[in-house]
Amino acid sequence: MTAMCGKSIAIFKREFKSYFESPVAYVFLVAFLLLTGFFTFAVSHLYERNVADMQAFFIWTPWVFLLLVPAATMGLWAEERRSGTIELLLTMPVTMLDAILGKFFAAWAFISLAIVLTFPTALTVAYLGKPDVGVILCQYAGTILMAGAYVSIGMLTSSMTRSQVIGFILSLVICLLMVLCGWEPVTDLFVRWAPATVVEFVASLSFMPHFVSISRGVVDIRDIAYYISVIVFMAFVTHIVIENRKSA
Amino acid sequence: MLEVTGIAKNFGAIKAVKGISFKVDKGEVLGFLGPNGAGKTTTMRMITGFLPPTSGTAVVCGHDVTQDPVEAKRQIGYLPENAPAYHSMTVTAFLCFAAEMRGYHGSERDGRVDAAIEKCRLQTVRYQTIGTLSKGYRQRVCFAQAILHDPPILIMDEPTDGLDPNQKHLVRTMINEMASQKAIIVSTHILEEVDAVCTRAIIISNGLIVANGTPAALKARSSTGRLDDVFRMLTIGREEAA
Repeated sequence: MTAMCGKSIAIFKREFKSYFESPVAYVFLVAFLLLTGFFTFAVSHLYERNVADMQAFFIWTPWVFLLLVPAATMGLWAEERRSGTIELLLTMPVTMLDAILGKFFAAWAFISLAIVLTFPTALTVAYLGKPDVGVILCQYAGTILMAGAYVSIGMLTSSMTRSQVIGFILSLVICLLMVLCGWEPVTDLFVRWAPATVVEFVASLSFMPHFVSISRGVVDIRDIAYYISVIVFMAFVTHIVIENRKSA
Repeated sequence: MLEVTGIAKNFGAIKAVKGISFKVDKGEVLGFLGPNGAGKTTTMRMITGFLPPTSGTAVVCGHDVTQDPVEAKRQIGYLPENAPAYHSMTVTAFLCFAAEMRGYHGSERDGRVDAAIEKCRLQTVRYQTIGTLSKGYRQRVCFAQAILHDPPILIMDEPTDGLDPNQKHLVRTMINEMASQKAIIVSTHILEEVDAVCTRAIIISNGLIVANGTPAALKARSSTGRLDDVFRMLTIGREEAA
């Protein structure tokens, strides 16, 4: 058991460090902070709202993740396939699960780092007023959890192809669908022909209803269960995809 | 030490490997010959646990690669075709990663990495990123990760492909240095290599073994006594027939 963890950790370390071995990490972090800063201060007018909370920041995260998380995950497997290192990785004494867990947690940790680096916004709010610290911490925890769901989708699409661009686009489309599938124009597409239970099921897959409570600082056990189920499901499908298309 | 029995692989309707059986013992260097597309790489990928065989199996030091893949892979050092490696890492960082994947940590890890660097003559480039190295060095970096854990079985897919004569000589010297303590499989389509390093050779063509014997025995099958002629005689007819 410890040996298994040791290998996941070795993969985690390599993958996490690899972000910083090229300019990718720095470009990503700067772009993330600029984008969220722009939306929080220029679009949502954090200062003018005169409310000491971070709603103005958190409501934008699902949209910023949509663009940036696929960029951070598109290389996870596609690059291993393209360069042939997947053959090296999977002929070392590891199980597929070790490799998937190591990579998933590395990308998730990287996104979490980006999220945590927005702390100056929290400090600003704390300096200007008296925000509820518990609420802000819950919002951060919930947002990181939601980011995990984005990462798991990105990892899945990356495993399907050796082209990072295809991985990026597929992941963006699936994430967009997950964000929008509770939205009326999308449910309308189903209403005309599908039974009500199907429409409800599709709508219930959406990230957004689970995010609404999180963005208010309420972390419900059902929301946690929802995001963890998405992550587990996507990791499971990734396992199947790689098992079947190792040398493709 | 390594026993392959009736291993076969289909990719859809294409039968890449049609049932190959052979054994390799300690102290042997088995040359794996065949024209391009004969199934050499596919066979090696099945033995190393990368591809699941359609039928048959390989038993590595008593561990069946289809039943107990992690334990089987632990016994093998593998140098894949084209020597893949993570190009953004330095040589030392890459070998440390390989050592950790083999379960070595702390000073034991560093000792293993240093020994492998020395054996593969990589001292001068150990802090360079792999992407900046020439093909010969990259080959040796990948070779270093294959021997780092001192595996009883070493499998190399075209280890000298694309190297200059000096580098080829170096790789062959390294293989010869280890030959007595390991069971080694080397795939190649360069026939001079068989004379240089192999104790036995298998020729495969169209996914089947067409010859298995010592280099001398194989040469004796042709009136000219040259390995090239044996190779052509055994593989060309089959390709045209197929």
